[in-house]
Amino acid sequence: MDVLILARWQFAVTTIYHFFFVPLTLGLSIFVAILETAYVRTGKDVYKRMTKFWGKLFLINFAMGVVTGIVQEFQFGMNWSEYSRFVGDIFGAPLAIEALLAFFLESTFLGIWIFGWDRLSKKLHAATMWLVAIGSNLSALWILIANSFMQEPQGYRLVTNAAGEVVRAEMADFWALVFNPHVWVQFPHVITSGIATAGFFVIAISTYHIWKRSKDQDAYQKSLKISSVYAFIGVLLAVLIGHTQMQHMMKVQPMKVAAAEALWDTEDPASLSLFTVGDEEERKDIFAIRVPRLLSILAFNSVDGTVRGINDIQAEYVQKYGPGNYVPPVAISYWSFRIMVGAGVLMVFISLYVIFLVLRDRFDFKPWLIKILLLSLTLPYLANSTGWILAEVGRQPWIVFGLLKTQDAVSPAVAVSAGEVLTSLILFTLVYGILMVVDVYLLKKYAIAGTTYTEDHEE
Amino acid sequence: MELNTLWFILIAVLFTGFFFLEGFDYGVGILLPFIAKDDRSRRMVINTIGTFWDGNEVWLLTAGGAMFAAFPNWYATMFSGFYLALLLMLLALIVRGVAFEFRSKDNNPTWRKTWDWMLFIGSFIPALLWGVALANIIRGVPIDQNMNYVGGFFNLLNPYALTGGLASLFLFLLHGAIFLNLKTEDELREKAKQFAEKLWLPTLIFMLLFVIGGYFATDMFTRLGINPGVIPIFAGLSLISVIFLMKRNLSGWAFIMTGLTIVFSTITIFMGLYPRVLVSSINPAYSLTIDNASSTPYTLKIMSIVALIFVPIVLGYQAWTYWVFRKRVGSTTHLEY
Repeated sequence: MDVLILARWQFAVTTIYHFFFVPLTLGLSIFVAILETAYVRTGKDVYKRMTKFWGKLFLINFAMGVVTGIVQEFQFGMNWSEYSRFVGDIFGAPLAIEALLAFFLESTFLGIWIFGWDRLSKKLHAATMWLVAIGSNLSALWILIANSFMQEPQGYRLVTNAAGEVVRAEMADFWALVFNPHVWVQFPHVITSGIATAGFFVIAISTYHIWKRSKDQDAYQKSLKISSVYAFIGVLLAVLIGHTQMQHMMKVQPMKVAAAEALWDTEDPASLSLFTVGDEEERKDIFAIRVPRLLSILAFNSVDGTVRGINDIQAEYVQKYGPGNYVPPVAISYWSFRIMVGAGVLMVFISLYVIFLVLRDRFDFKPWLIKILLLSLTLPYLANSTGWILAEVGRQPWIVFGLLKTQDAVSPAVAVSAGEVLTSLILFTLVYGILMVVDVYLLKKYAIAGTTYTEDHEE
Repeated sequence: MELNTLWFILIAVLFTGFFFLEGFDYGVGILLPFIAKDDRSRRMVINTIGTFWDGNEVWLLTAGGAMFAAFPNWYATMFSGFYLALLLMLLALIVRGVAFEFRSKDNNPTWRKTWDWMLFIGSFIPALLWGVALANIIRGVPIDQNMNYVGGFFNLLNPYALTGGLASLFLFLLHGAIFLNLKTEDELREKAKQFAEKLWLPTLIFMLLFVIGGYFATDMFTRLGINPGVIPIFAGLSLISVIFLMKRNLSGWAFIMTGLTIVFSTITIFMGLYPRVLVSSINPAYSLTIDNASSTPYTLKIMSIVALIFVPIVLGYQAWTYWVFRKRVGSTTHLEY
């Protein structure tokens, strides 16, 4: 196998893994901060127990997010040195700003939060959790500003060498980079997905304790009430903003949309595929169920409108960028899109139903509902992962859309050998695999132990 | 001042701060299995750095981000070139980071012992590798005309670099032992003092060997001259003073002195490097410099503004943390980790 394939696998494995932990950090940091604020405001001990309980789970998850994030910071240089040289003038800036503005904030104040229960005033202590939440979410902002440049390059100029080849992209306008329209559909989508993830995390664990009739029902019922609303707001916004994001994508990366819809040929009005088995080589359907006009409606909020198909866009790109295959892996794009949307819509209904029950204080859940609520914890994780798979795989063959292809971004073989990348891929996978087992074990242990558990090692 | 130089200095400052801060928590992590035998005292040792280690590590992330932003070619050449070494470092930092959080979350003695050793390995490897890396950067590594490192992994493990690795390892150990002496009470405090006093001589020897090796392996001496100026001399003097301060139980001062040794040594290396950022052993013309590795003046200007605003703020609140948690970790202290 060559360096390119291995490097792509490593990026996929390490990034998806990293993003198992990130959304929960984003959403749960805010959730815990809200609970602690409620404690400060009301002085009720139940909110303190809730803060500590969800806070502990937050910490276990946070640690994994931090350590897997370190790899992300250096991986561009390791495996993607040509990329780093090409876009470093632009891409490095948001990364450095992320560290300076966000990482310092979240890690420093989290240290204070963990150790500061007895040393700070209640108000100041709650404030440190808010700073952690702000830090985490600011970090998402800056990394998405960086990612948005890859999706929709803005504020740059290209520099050519004597032979007329493009050698690097340079920053022409910092504010165009920051206010890239793509940032402002992607960032809210990620944040609200994080809120939804945390909401469903809390729903599932609270449901478990309500089902088991654990001690401290008050805490779980309160948690469930808050989290169902929290999850509903998060997932509803995530779906709506995601919809806007896809409409935006029609303009900036129509190929990604066409692949996500498995739309081979341009249609007007365009039909929406509910289920397609296709032939990627021949670019045609083998079997498909399609709803007439629905894709046009989704794309333009109108019963007709042209949605361009893969073949058309391919032809245009050959003219624009020269010969080559500009079609991303269609099956992966198509199915990841459907899984994400399906999971998102399910989550809207589930959280709405939970709100409907708990706001009328009905906690006597039927076994089938308990089962669904416990299982629904997988939904946000499915949606988060498939969302990123669509965003990144659907952009191929580009690493920076329209500017640099993935195959030209990888570290050259003289610097990094396939054997080295294979070594790192195996070791990361192995270590990550073991840590996943450990992390799930600890999360489960502390989730089941509940709010009344006090560490028995604390003499 | 030219912005390229400013960013060279800023990155040097970030690494200096990183070594000063993370240096002692590496040292504490390495000493952990040896200095504390029972669980309670191990937890006390870990809790001395519990509040700080993560904030300290961000100095590295910021330095890495700053390299990427200000000198993309430096970032690209070094991290693709030092591939396996960096991989080792990353794996170490991963297990180290989770070890803090996970270690005391289960009562099983094997579990705890395993994480203690993870903390040890996770601190030992970077403490050693930073010296190896710095020595190689200043000694020069095979970099071709396309700015690609072509040397492989074992090329990095030359005698000079290994001496550098041992020097950084021992310097961080000494720094960590003195930190422990400052932050603990009673028996642990006494033990930390003994460790510090024992570690001082080997640290001095390895630092000296590193300097002597530098005479043969690098162009530091020809560039700085036989009278290198006050900074390297201060580095030596501050290290020498440590043993006298420890004997008089002035561990606060001793900690400042190992800190100064780290600061002055790092500055010396960056001074010897300037204006290069990565020396090529194939041809001096292939070396990466603050000019051929850098971003555009526009990006540097933007980043300078960001840094000038936020670095003081970060310094302010990190200092505040150290102030809030200035008390020693004693037998009555509530332990989180």
